Amino acid sequence: MSASVQATLKAEAKDLNFYYGDFKALKGISIPVHDKKITALIGPSGCGKSTFLRCFNRMHDLYPGNRYEGEITLNPDNVNILSPKVDPIEVRMRISMVFQKPNPFPKSIFENVAYGLRVRGINKRSVLEEKVEVALQNAALWNEVKDRLHDLAFNLSGGQQQRLCIARALAIDPEIMLFDEPTSALDPIATASIEELMDELKDRFTILIVTHNMQQAARVSDFTAFMYLGEVVEYNDTKKIFTNPDKQQTEDYITGRFG
Amino acid sequence: MNRTTKDTTLGIMECPTVSETNSRLSHKQGRIIKERVIETLLFLAALSSVATTFAIVFILVYESIPFFQHTTVLNFLTDTEWTPLFDEARYGIMPLVAGTLVTTGVALTVAIPMGTIIAIYLSEFAPHRVRETVKPFLELLGAVPTVVFGYFALVVVTPLLQKIYPDLPGFNMLSAGLVMGIMIIPYVSSVSEDAMRAVPMHLREGSYAMGATRFQTAVRVVVPSAFSGIAAAFILGISRAVGETMIVAVAAGMQPNLTWKATESAATISAFIVQVALGDLPHGSIGYQSIFAAGLTLMLMTLVFNIIGFWLKKRFREEY
Repeated sequence: MSASVQATLKAEAKDLNFYYGDFKALKGISIPVHDKKITALIGPSGCGKSTFLRCFNRMHDLYPGNRYEGEITLNPDNVNILSPKVDPIEVRMRISMVFQKPNPFPKSIFENVAYGLRVRGINKRSVLEEKVEVALQNAALWNEVKDRLHDLAFNLSGGQQQRLCIARALAIDPEIMLFDEPTSALDPIATASIEELMDELKDRFTILIVTHNMQQAARVSDFTAFMYLGEVVEYNDTKKIFTNPDKQQTEDYITGRFG
Repeated sequence: MNRTTKDTTLGIMECPTVSETNSRLSHKQGRIIKERVIETLLFLAALSSVATTFAIVFILVYESIPFFQHTTVLNFLTDTEWTPLFDEARYGIMPLVAGTLVTTGVALTVAIPMGTIIAIYLSEFAPHRVRETVKPFLELLGAVPTVVFGYFALVVVTPLLQKIYPDLPGFNMLSAGLVMGIMIIPYVSSVSEDAMRAVPMHLREGSYAMGATRFQTAVRVVVPSAFSGIAAAFILGISRAVGETMIVAVAAGMQPNLTWKATESAATISAFIVQVALGDLPHGSIGYQSIFAAGLTLMLMTLVFNIIGFWLKKRFREEY
């Protein structure tokens, strides 16, 4: 538990319930998200891990009939980002997301990374150029694309597209980055490069990642929450979860006995 | 005991008797013949539309040949007057082309912005119920007979425009073009909206997740993603406007007039063809043949737009 003692709290879910219409998809979730650490959410399909992740940037607001109960507080200002008074766009300005499938926009590589800056009203060429370069370097893509920044992003390979999406999410200096199974659509080599990248980012960014792949969770994360049927069964240090879990259910899942 | 029965059953299933094999084979042959017949029928159906197109092109070209023996192609393209029915006939297509392009231009300045805005609203902003209510009404606009639109232009829009421009003649291309633009809106909006709705949700989510508003998402992500479909919608609208006949015949006038001013009266290619086709010109006369030359010109114009549309569609096709 040494890591959790040192870490400061970036965000915290407090007794969070979530409903798709009448269906209660999340039941009383309470976990902390530590600053500049990677927190992994694992669990079998349909356990609510992606649903939980998408609460953090209010993605559920895009569809009618969805409802939140409880709180996710975001520090340092200790604001409940699920409150109806909070503008979801303000939340998304602070918390960015990388999706399961690479989803670059039909624009050039440069404009893809600059997108988040442009929607914030930043249009000054020199600022954009600098931030795009830094983001692409942080996403370990700069060397591969620096000579063709104005090519269409669709011409990149799948792994490059996903790193482009990571660069896009990095460019806005997010307080938290959400990764929703970022490697599930990629081949093993591209997956390895994304994992390596996350390892480099972990000291500078707060990351929350959903993954199906338990080895991935074990490799990259500092903390892990095991979810089952809309509840958090166990939350702890990743090392503890994978070596000596408190709950039998967790052990069954990580040893592959179900799920 | 139990085992033996099972084995027997399997044996029968695996080795069908001779008569069974034969009946299966003949059944298969019957199926092959049936498939062939169906395939041939489908092929003939497809062929008929292609054959019709070729027949039309052939007749247009064939019937235009005598016309172009009477006058040269150069003269046809450069002469500034079109009076094939007069005693001193002149055969310059430009006045009709100008009339067609001006009315089309006016129509497009209405239909493209309006159609695109409506499509963006319906696809990205309108609640489900609004969309389901508005769409049928909009498509109804495309079902109104064009002659009704023509009279609407002549007896409603022109008098209204005359209040603003008192010098506007009773027949004018502005009024005809505006009304034609309204008529084309549903063609543009319907196809554009389908293209925008086909943009996968994960692209929109990507934009929203970056902190974009609905409007930013619509304009910066959805429209560029759907551009090939939107271009197809524009081309459909243009082709519709170029070929439109009744509105211009009723409201824009029948006098060929080489002008680029929308406030004047002028005939379009299609209006001229109607005028001649309704008259009692003898077959084989030069006036009669002139409509084939005009028709050929019209067809080449729409062909050019369709080729541009095809190219745009290919150039901007997105693989999601």
